[in-house]
Amino acid sequence: MTFSRRDFLKAGGVLVVGASLAPSLARAQTIPNADRFLGKPLEADRVDAFLAIHADGSVTLFSGKVDMGTGGRIAMRQIVAEELDVRPERITMIEGDTALTPDQGSTAGSYGIARGGSQLRQAAATGRQALLALGAARLGRGVEDLETADGVVRTKDGGASASYADLIGDKAFGVALDPKAPLRDPQRFRFIGKSLPRPDVPAKVTGRHKYLHDLTLPGMLHARVIRPPAHGATLKAVDESSIASVAGAKVVRIESFLAVVAEREWNAVRAARQLRAEWTGGTPLGDHATLFDSMRASTIVREQPITRRGDVSALDSPGPGVRTLSSTYRWPVHSHGSIGPSCGVADVSGDRATIWSSSQGTHRYRAAFARVLGLAPERVRVIYLDGAGSYGQNGAEDAACDAALLSKALGRPVRVQWSRQDEHGWDPKGPPQLLSLRAAVDERGEVAAWETRAWLPVSTANLPHLPFLAADAARIPQAQGRATGLIYQNIDPPYQYPNVDAVVRWIPDAPLRTSPIRAPGKIANSFAVESFVDEIAALAGADALAFRLKHLTNPRGVEVLRKVAARMGWQARPSPKPADPNAAIASGRGIAYVHYKHDETLVAMGMEVEVERASGRIRVTRVVCAHDCGLMINPDCVQAQVEGNVLQTLSRALHEEIVYDRERVTTVDWQAYPILTFPEVPPIEVELIQRLDAPPLGAGEAASAPVAAALSNAVFDATGVRLRTVPFRPERVRAALAGRPA
Amino acid sequence: MATLKITVNATARTVELDDPETPLLYVLRNDLGLTGTHFGCGLSQCGACTVLIDGRATRSCVTPTSSVQTRAVTTIEGLGSPERPDPIQAAFIAEQAAQCGYCTSGMVVAARALLQQNRRPNEAQVREALAGNLCRCGSHARVIRAVLRAAAGGR
Repeated sequence: MTFSRRDFLKAGGVLVVGASLAPSLARAQTIPNADRFLGKPLEADRVDAFLAIHADGSVTLFSGKVDMGTGGRIAMRQIVAEELDVRPERITMIEGDTALTPDQGSTAGSYGIARGGSQLRQAAATGRQALLALGAARLGRGVEDLETADGVVRTKDGGASASYADLIGDKAFGVALDPKAPLRDPQRFRFIGKSLPRPDVPAKVTGRHKYLHDLTLPGMLHARVIRPPAHGATLKAVDESSIASVAGAKVVRIESFLAVVAEREWNAVRAARQLRAEWTGGTPLGDHATLFDSMRASTIVREQPITRRGDVSALDSPGPGVRTLSSTYRWPVHSHGSIGPSCGVADVSGDRATIWSSSQGTHRYRAAFARVLGLAPERVRVIYLDGAGSYGQNGAEDAACDAALLSKALGRPVRVQWSRQDEHGWDPKGPPQLLSLRAAVDERGEVAAWETRAWLPVSTANLPHLPFLAADAARIPQAQGRATGLIYQNIDPPYQYPNVDAVVRWIPDAPLRTSPIRAPGKIANSFAVESFVDEIAALAGADALAFRLKHLTNPRGVEVLRKVAARMGWQARPSPKPADPNAAIASGRGIAYVHYKHDETLVAMGMEVEVERASGRIRVTRVVCAHDCGLMINPDCVQAQVEGNVLQTLSRALHEEIVYDRERVTTVDWQAYPILTFPEVPPIEVELIQRLDAPPLGAGEAASAPVAAALSNAVFDATGVRLRTVPFRPERVRAALAGRPA
Repeated sequence: MATLKITVNATARTVELDDPETPLLYVLRNDLGLTGTHFGCGLSQCGACTVLIDGRATRSCVTPTSSVQTRAVTTIEGLGSPERPDPIQAAFIAEQAAQCGYCTSGMVVAARALLQQNRRPNEAQVREALAGNLCRCGSHARVIRAVLRAAAGGR
């Protein structure tokens, strides 16, 4: 494959470090000639794991963190450019290739820059110190007399200089990351903090960008996997004659793992549609209609207190003048909803495998694929290629496993493309969440006691990876369990109420396979907490903004809330807004706040809505967000993440719900599972707070957390009706307006 | 095996197909190497596979190749290149109007069809023209700005 990244010079030279891997592993080329780096150091405590300087002065950056469209591809370059002191256009980047990049953990949790970038920054800073030391030896001067400038070490008096290429070109640094290596002075940043354009955008908008889905290998077969008609069903019989009319199509069956392959992709599609197979049995799914009741009635694996302070006895024995309030909030199962269904390409031959995947965790999944294939991990290489967006873990790893098993069975490279129905039906889902909250409000309108009880599906301890669909179907043993992400965070109020008791009740089951989905758990938790704060403010007859500010002690939190209020022209008054109940359209405003994961990014979100009473349709007319994620490497990329968080979460809150019957998911296309469309997109105003001296806190997730609460608060302000169950579809809003339970 | 002659990006091409009803999408991607047109649903629901057929935005995932033999097919690659983007693509670059970018080709092509019919669409018309193009990353606001920028001559 060739990538069109004309703005970025190709890396030159050859870095020769250690022995090369066997040539059969050397097929993949994520950038031209990437495999010339095979055998390079990979240990994440070594500078050479991250950086190579070539004989022409260009630089290759090896990142274990990948860019799913978030901007890491430019931001990581900016970090290296700043700390190593080279121009960003001199840097080529290789991402997520297990044979070439250090294992920096999955690209998840909004930690791509906060952790991965910070590690890289230290590597580049260490590298610059190593170059200064080399320069000192070369120039016969003390390091204190030297400085760096755009790929050159020179004396501060300008007398002598040596280029990086001359000092180290194509040779190893040979040094460990120095956690004390001095970082550049933020006041003199040249690249960090600038909105440099992303190198992948020109190719993406001209159809030249190469996605995983576009990868073809010599001799590659196209495959479609046929999932069972019911979860856990066993394959009894396959009628291979049913696809006899499709040229070159062939059935592959391993126990209940069933696929068709063909030389031509359309023939694989046709064969998959035509194939007759007989299935039996299955494991009935729970009843979708009673999901939340069954969660509340579930056995509890364990209770986990998140915040406990003071005395909440006022909830059960309120004193005179104390009012109590209780509400339950429900968040349904969601699909990741990537626009392109998952794809996987694998080449397994003999005792070696190369797997191409859009996985956010190629390093983590290498061992998993190896186990399924019965290979040693060092014989498996996983190479990241861009997929169609990724917001946690969609079907990518499963599709890769599909491809790997098929390639092993057939001895040829195989590309598996999931269908739309496969993706909606079988991608691991965002888990359902149920939160019940209680508060006691004293005669002054103060929160005398707060209680959260959150019923959340538990993650299995030490689960090495999400169990693969294909491995289960093929009866290949694998660790069983579920993963949901850190979904317990932000179940407590971010305000300094004296008496708080917030507890997670971990439940063992979820209706479908689960995986982390963007901002795992925090969107639903903030929806419940920040809506309930609004309910309390309304009960107390207080302004929703003032009610929050009164007990918010974090000055950065106060700042984001005040910025949103100022921009919205927030008028202090209680909700709901006095309105004519007969007006066809009710309008209102809402606000919500999150301190993400309790100590990371701070976000305030304001929203204005119109609710059409007759139809129940909600129209979001304005979104205002203030966002403090500490140091921003590339503010425009942060802005894009904020916009994406807002729109994706509006989509989830307004429209989305996975529905299933006792056998399978029934919402398997975009009609049954609608998402936000262009006509609905509101204007979004974003205020970004740059803190050059602060650590970066991450922008990939936080702004999604307060979206649903701001929306529900705005609907309440407009209509006096409180929406507590997502999605806020028109029929549900209509029912709520009519006084039926919502 | 059927031999079909089609015209793609103003070039006459001949393809050999087992099934002449093969959706155009697969022919573009696998026979002609034009992988900028993307598979999203195969159901005409998402717009990722949009191409122009005689200037009209069309879902190539449900368009039989046999039906386009006398018509002009234009794909995202036929509009411009990274080195020489067309005005809409240039506007998308200026607005950085893509995240994962998987849905972007279809939006650029749909925008081209719109601007051919209506040189100066207002914002509501842009939104309406893109109503059938889905985006999951949430780049919509930038896409709208990019199309309006292109309509205003790049400013």
